[in-house]
Amino acid sequence: MRASLTRLGAMVTAGVWRLGYASRFFAYLLMHSGTALGRFRLTMREIYFAGVLSLIIILVSGLFVGMVLGLQGYDTLQRYGSSEALGVLVALSLVRELGPVVAGLLFASRAGSAITAEIGLMKATEQLSAMEMMAVDPVARVVAPRFWGGVISMPLLAALFSAMGVFGGYLVGVVLIGVDEGAFWSQMQAAVDVRNDILNGVIKSVVFGVAVTLIAVFEGYDATPTAEGVSGATTRTVVTSSLAILALDFVLTALMFTGGN
Amino acid sequence: MTRSTIDLWVGIFVAIGLGALLFLALKVGNLASFSTAATYRVEARFSNIGGLKVRAPVKSAGVVVGRVADIGFDSQSYEAIAVLSLDARFKFPRDTSAKILTSGLLGEQYIGMEAGADTRMLEDGGKLRLTQSAVVLENLISQFLFNKAAEGGDAQGKK
Repeated sequence: MRASLTRLGAMVTAGVWRLGYASRFFAYLLMHSGTALGRFRLTMREIYFAGVLSLIIILVSGLFVGMVLGLQGYDTLQRYGSSEALGVLVALSLVRELGPVVAGLLFASRAGSAITAEIGLMKATEQLSAMEMMAVDPVARVVAPRFWGGVISMPLLAALFSAMGVFGGYLVGVVLIGVDEGAFWSQMQAAVDVRNDILNGVIKSVVFGVAVTLIAVFEGYDATPTAEGVSGATTRTVVTSSLAILALDFVLTALMFTGGN
Repeated sequence: MTRSTIDLWVGIFVAIGLGALLFLALKVGNLASFSTAATYRVEARFSNIGGLKVRAPVKSAGVVVGRVADIGFDSQSYEAIAVLSLDARFKFPRDTSAKILTSGLLGEQYIGMEAGADTRMLEDGGKLRLTQSAVVLENLISQFLFNKAAEGGDAQGKK
C-alpha cells in the first residue's frame, strides 16, 4: 500500500517536473529561433521533410474521408429529402473538424515520429553533444528549424486535406450519385462562413501544428540516449500528440463554436 | 537531393497549400459575394424576432440585398432592434416595410423587405417604420387549438 502510494507520488512528481522542463524548453526554443528564421534554408529543409513528404498520405486520406462523408451523408440526408445539403455537411465537417484533426493525427504519426526519432538518434550518437563542444547551440541549429518547419507545414496540410475532402465529397455526391451540382455548391457557399468556419479551422490547425511539433522535438531532445529510449520516445510522441490534438480540439471547439451561432 | 530541388518542392508545397486555402475561401466559403461591397445600415424594430440570427440574409423580392449586422434589445420599449447592413447598390424608399419570414416550414429565418412608394430613399442610419414580427409556431398552434376548442364549445351550446 505504502509502496504503491510512493510510486504514485513519484509518477506525479516526475510528470510535473517534465511538464515544467517542457515549458522551459519551449520558451528557450522560441528565444533561440533567430537562426532558424534568419537562415531560412535550414527551416526550408524541414518543411520538405515534414510537409512535402507528408503530401501523399494527406491528399489520399483527405480524398477518401471526403468520399466516405459523401456516401454516409447522402444516405442519411436523403431520408429527410434534403440530399442537396450534402455539400454543406461535407464542407462544414471537413473545414471545422475533420480537416485539422485528422490531418493533425496523420501529421503526428508521419512527421512527428520522424522528428523525434531523428533528434533522439542524434542525441544517442552524441551528435548534439558534439555540436555543443563546437559552441553550436543544438536547440537553435537542430530543434528550432524542425519546430518551425512543422508549424509552417501543418496549416497548409490541413487546408489541403479539407480541399481534397470537399473534392472527394463532390466526386461521390455529384458525379457518382447525382446530387444537383448547383445546389451542392451554392448551399455550401451559403452555409460556410470565411471567418467563422474557415479561419477558425486554420487557427485550429496552427495550434495543432505547434502542439504536435513541440511534443515531437521535446520527446526527441529529452529521450534517453539508447536505442530503447529513442523507440520509447517515438511511441510517446505519437500517443501524447494524438491525445493533445483531441483534447485541444475539444477546448478550441468549445471556445469557437458555442454561443452566438 | 540537392538544395535547389528541395527549394522547388517546398515552393510547390507552399503554393498548392495556399491554393487550397484560396479554394476553401472562394469556392467553399463565400468571401467574394458580400464582404467587399460598400454597405449602409438601417434599423428595424420588431416586437418579436423569433429565431432570427446575426448574419441572416435580408431579401427583397427573393434576392439577397444585405445581412443582419446586429441584434439588440431596447429596454424602454421592450422591442428587438435589428440592424440591417444593406448593399449600397440597392436603394429603398423610406416607407419600405420589413417582415421576418421563414424559408420553408422549419428553415432558417430571414428578413423580407417590400419597397414602398416614397420618393425619398433610406440613408445610412435610417429606420424602417413598418415591420411585422416573426410568426412563432407555438402561438400559431395554440391559436388554432383555442379556435377549435371554441368551435367545439359553440357546437355543444347549440345542442
